[in-house]
Amino acid sequence: MPVITIREALNQAIDEEMARDKNVFIMGEEVGHYNGAYKVTQGLLAKYGDNRVIDTPIAEEGFAGVGIGAALTGLRPIIEFMTWNFSLVAIDQIINNAAKMRYMSGGQFTLPMVFRGPQGAGGSLGAQHSQTFENYFAYVPGLKVIVPSTPHDYKGLLKSAIRDDDVVIFMEAEKAYNYTGEVPEEEYLIPIGKAEVKKQGSDVSIITWGIMYFTAMQAIEKLEAEGISVELVDPRTLRPLDSETILSSVRKTKRAVIVQESWPVASFGDHIAALVSREAFDSLDAPVEIVSGEDVPMPYAFPLEEAALPSVEKIIAAVKRTLA
Amino acid sequence: MPESARTKKLLGFYDQMLRIRRFEEAAAKAYAGGSIKGFCHLYIGEESIAVGAIANLEKQDYIISTYRDHGHALARGMEPGSAMAELYGKETGCSKGMGGSMHLFDKDLRFMGGHGIVGGHVAVAAGLAFGARYQKERSVTLAFIGEGAVSIGGFHEGLSLAALWKLPVVFIVENNLYSMGTPQYRHLSVKDISMRAEGYGMPGKRINGSNVYHVFEEVRDAVNRARSDHGPTLIEIITYRFRGHSMSDPAKYRAPGELELKKEKDPILVTHAELLSIGVSEDTLKAINDKNKKIADDSVEFAKISAFPPASDLHKYTYVNP
Repeated sequence: MPVITIREALNQAIDEEMARDKNVFIMGEEVGHYNGAYKVTQGLLAKYGDNRVIDTPIAEEGFAGVGIGAALTGLRPIIEFMTWNFSLVAIDQIINNAAKMRYMSGGQFTLPMVFRGPQGAGGSLGAQHSQTFENYFAYVPGLKVIVPSTPHDYKGLLKSAIRDDDVVIFMEAEKAYNYTGEVPEEEYLIPIGKAEVKKQGSDVSIITWGIMYFTAMQAIEKLEAEGISVELVDPRTLRPLDSETILSSVRKTKRAVIVQESWPVASFGDHIAALVSREAFDSLDAPVEIVSGEDVPMPYAFPLEEAALPSVEKIIAAVKRTLA
Repeated sequence: MPESARTKKLLGFYDQMLRIRRFEEAAAKAYAGGSIKGFCHLYIGEESIAVGAIANLEKQDYIISTYRDHGHALARGMEPGSAMAELYGKETGCSKGMGGSMHLFDKDLRFMGGHGIVGGHVAVAAGLAFGARYQKERSVTLAFIGEGAVSIGGFHEGLSLAALWKLPVVFIVENNLYSMGTPQYRHLSVKDISMRAEGYGMPGKRINGSNVYHVFEEVRDAVNRARSDHGPTLIEIITYRFRGHSMSDPAKYRAPGELELKKEKDPILVTHAELLSIGVSEDTLKAINDKNKKIADDSVEFAKISAFPPASDLHKYTYVNP
């Protein structure tokens, strides 16, 4: 099976879906002539032309709104935010318009569109460029939220997102664009709303998504060397959440550690912790642990950024607390 | 246009303006009686804009509006019963009771909603025009915007993109002189909003809205321009609302006597006088009024006897594929 980067997986997904459906177009800052700020859209302008690969001014609220209007006319826009940090000036469009147009029209309109782009720490980018916001969007009925981890999941889920008739928030990891993994040559789709048990284990369940999957896997390697068997559940989609896969894992291992890059207060990890505590209370042998980013704006200084993020050591310590 | 054709057109406008006026008077009564809840923003006094502007549209054209949307919906041809039932929150309403007064939608009419976030629909209007052009439809989008929206970023970004991409959209700023309770001089540094068009590289004009035929002609030029792919236009239309910002606003911020003075320029009275002056009989005009009074009453009856959506519909429209 070919080994490709997450960047290539995304590019293939967009390319294949644009080839398949002429109503799919991509719009955003630097997506065309510049070939993408992170080169996700490399080569697409040359292939599909500037009617379908559309460079925009720096006007997130504007082009998010244009995407919504275009979706109302039956098109399938992919709206790229250079990073999700910049989506905040467009959040009115996403929450007040995209998420509600179907509901408040009594189901007359569908918005088959994807908002996508990278988020999270990118390596000393400072406080305004290093944030994760999945909880902002997962909070909102009317949106679907996907935060994939492996190149395989990125490709299969983005293709599903583009074909989906609802509004999909697709959140990539800025630091992971060069991460590699096996991706089949033949076409495949991954269903939205299905978690995957990425590693079987028996002593404790780690529930994690996005780039934290890689940090958790490093921790698991060390834990297993110490004889601790860890199961890793990757929800992949946060809304709709595959609660059953998470709960059945926790019921088996009796312990849960949630790992997220986000800040710890009012986070998506809290939602999963509440779910597990409510639905699997009788199975739990230890309180649910959450490993989060530290509760601070991201510092620039390199060692401090490292200290602000979840680490292998923090995950190992949390796992051991559940076993104490 | 031959005089008879013009008269016919004007009679049609008069009919439509009265349909809106009588509808909203009935809505105000129902609101006072507690049958309509929430926010209810009346368009009374501004009807000439919706009627004159929308008369230029074809079936494939789009309209997007603000929360003050009853007039635009009715002028586009929405069934008054469907609109009133929506105000009553009934399942026979145009948005199945899920939208209410501020969120009238009708896909068949390409009526793309009343929108409740000031300025939030301006870029969406550009998107409707973008979508139409992408699909090679000769559709024009008409976007109604209040003058209170011209200070928010969404207005700027929407007009900026529409001009950059020469999208087939006409932006109509309905300037009723008050942004909720704030008069223009206290929220804008300029008197002439249409001047802003120049900054985007699109034509702009400022017209008086009390004459419906004048509105019709001025908007016609902009619609034709958009349809022939020459890009967007910004039209500021001066008007006045005779009621408060919403049903809960007694409008005490007006200067004494201002409302009475403005009512002399009531677009319905202006049209009434013009029709009389060109020989249409008072009886004919009274018959039009009576007809629309009955349409309004019937719409209320329809809304009353309609059912609320069942509780089982609570989650029905959140997703296509939950």
